[in-house]
Amino acid sequence: MKPGFLLTTALVIPAIALAVYLTRDPAGPAAPPAMASPQTVAIAPGRLAYRLPGEFQTAERPVDAPEDRVRFRRSFDIMAYQVSAADYALCVADGACDQADGAVQHRQNLPATGVSFRDANAYAQWLSHKTGEGWRLPTDEEWAFAAAERFSDEGIDPDGGSDAIARWLARYRSESEAAKGRDPEPKPQGHFGTNSNGLHDVGGNVWEWTTTCYRRVALDRNGRVDTSTDNCGVRVVAGKHRGYMSFFIRDGKSGGCAAGLPPDNLGIRLVRERPSMLSAFKALWRGATG
Amino acid sequence: MLTRREALLGTATGAAAAALLGSVIATPALAQAKVADIAGLPRVSVDLVAPPFAHPHDQIAKGGPKVIEYRMTIKELPMVIDDEGTTLQAMTYEGSMPGPLMIVHEGDYVELTLVNPETNEMPHNIDFHAATGALGGGALTHVNPGEQAVLRWKATRTGTFVYHCAPTGMIPWHVVSGMSGAVMVLPRDGLKDGAGKPLKYDRIFYIGEHDLYVPRDENGKYKKYESLGDSYDETLKVMRGLIPTHVVFNGKVGSLTGDNALKAKVGETVLFVHAQANRDSRPHLIGGHGDHVWEEGKFVNAPAKDLETWFIRGGSAGAALYTFLQPGIYAYVNHNLIEAAELGATAHVMVEGEWDDDLMKQVQAPGPIPTN
Repeated sequence: MKPGFLLTTALVIPAIALAVYLTRDPAGPAAPPAMASPQTVAIAPGRLAYRLPGEFQTAERPVDAPEDRVRFRRSFDIMAYQVSAADYALCVADGACDQADGAVQHRQNLPATGVSFRDANAYAQWLSHKTGEGWRLPTDEEWAFAAAERFSDEGIDPDGGSDAIARWLARYRSESEAAKGRDPEPKPQGHFGTNSNGLHDVGGNVWEWTTTCYRRVALDRNGRVDTSTDNCGVRVVAGKHRGYMSFFIRDGKSGGCAAGLPPDNLGIRLVRERPSMLSAFKALWRGATG
Repeated sequence: MLTRREALLGTATGAAAAALLGSVIATPALAQAKVADIAGLPRVSVDLVAPPFAHPHDQIAKGGPKVIEYRMTIKELPMVIDDEGTTLQAMTYEGSMPGPLMIVHEGDYVELTLVNPETNEMPHNIDFHAATGALGGGALTHVNPGEQAVLRWKATRTGTFVYHCAPTGMIPWHVVSGMSGAVMVLPRDGLKDGAGKPLKYDRIFYIGEHDLYVPRDENGKYKKYESLGDSYDETLKVMRGLIPTHVVFNGKVGSLTGDNALKAKVGETVLFVHAQANRDSRPHLIGGHGDHVWEEGKFVNAPAKDLETWFIRGGSAGAALYTFLQPGIYAYVNHNLIEAAELGATAHVMVEGEWDDDLMKQVQAPGPIPTN
């Protein structure tokens, strides 16, 4: 495969389609019956040093992304489990989500798979409506912070070499290594265990959509950003390794990471916004008016 | 559902024809004299090597014609054909898809012992496109489970040729279940371009392409069968639609990518031998070319030069010679890109060496469009 072939394909997104999607009417159910809020884990404030997403180059040569230090001043709540196929099916039954391409049988508590970025957002919107809470996809940095030790750093320049072809071959080798023994069959929730934050199944065989856009960055000689271009038709998917997928892709097998090794499956884990003053007031009002 | 008994009955006419042909061939005096000559030829027993590689051989023949002995065991076995675990009830020569590549020289005799172990369900045989007479040997090699047969044929024409199973009444099913491979008959003085200049290769990459037809259940999932016989009826229905569910190189989606990618170095010359026993294909090396291509595979014809894509007719094997000039990853694909990317017909070659800026250079890396 040519370098970035899959990615290039992914980048040629009709911007119109995205625009249409972003401006369409949010079709939500009329009456919001109460629904139990999903189990979450609170991620305490703290600092994160991690390698930025996107593709970076210095003097026209691809390089590893620089490390960035991020400070999370406020805690946030993130789902303890990935959204289950059964919960996603409720959204489909309500007419607010499109049918997923993944498993339709909800036995064994399988996670929802075969969902695109737009499916994930539709689900977040529906869940927010159902629960009266603010649910959304995490950013890549929120995900990395919550994933903690299960976030994988993807530097591939052990010798600091910047030969583009050597990098290309090295990446191919490391991906081939990573692909060994992979089992893309979705497993019941909890199968991949918990991380130090108590999140289940992080870095299992279901990758999770984030809101972070694909970015291409040229660094200057001092490692500072010289130019950068964002492409929000492609979002970061987080998991065992970082991937970049076009927003409409449901099956990573045919979508492709920049790295070339596609995610086994695409799924959803949402962050709950801490109630703002306004939403707190709205909730009170709802309670008062019954 | 096809029972073993029915399958055996299905070959009754073939077996009768084989007996008849056998007696005819054995009679003429001239043929007997030649057979006596053959008995005096040196015999070499060659162990077959699993694809994508080729057994050791001389590109230019040493000495006179020989009898080259091969032994192939037919193996019926379930094989996983993609990374989703889809299982094909496969029929194979030597347990691989394609069957192993045989390489001899013009004038040599191929003497094959074909073994059909008692543990198999089906009768089998072999039709060599390179051989002359008796349905390519198919009529003389019908072996039921628990039988073996020995066939000798003379390599009179040079080139790459398909061989495949061809049991009466069930030919396509056996072929699209895995039973095909290739023979390469080299000129005694080796390969040449159209002007008589010798051509050599450092290695052979042997690609066998198979179109597969796996039935799906009511949920769209690929079905898995307990036995070959169980799979027959529904597989035949999918086959008759002529749209394969998988088009794979060497038996499996991804069998020649990732950890199994082919490897070469800048400056090395590779001979790609591509066999497709059933359906047309159009190999293309992304980032490279075919320096010398025997599209139909027959070395007596001058090779075409500098091809971008070449055509492999269903039921033939072709050969393409290429010297790698740049390092990196090359994709060797069936350039029906839907078949390459969605159905599986992709192989990768990892090539190490020095990059040549003269041939290609990224003058400006992708970045924002300048505004004045």
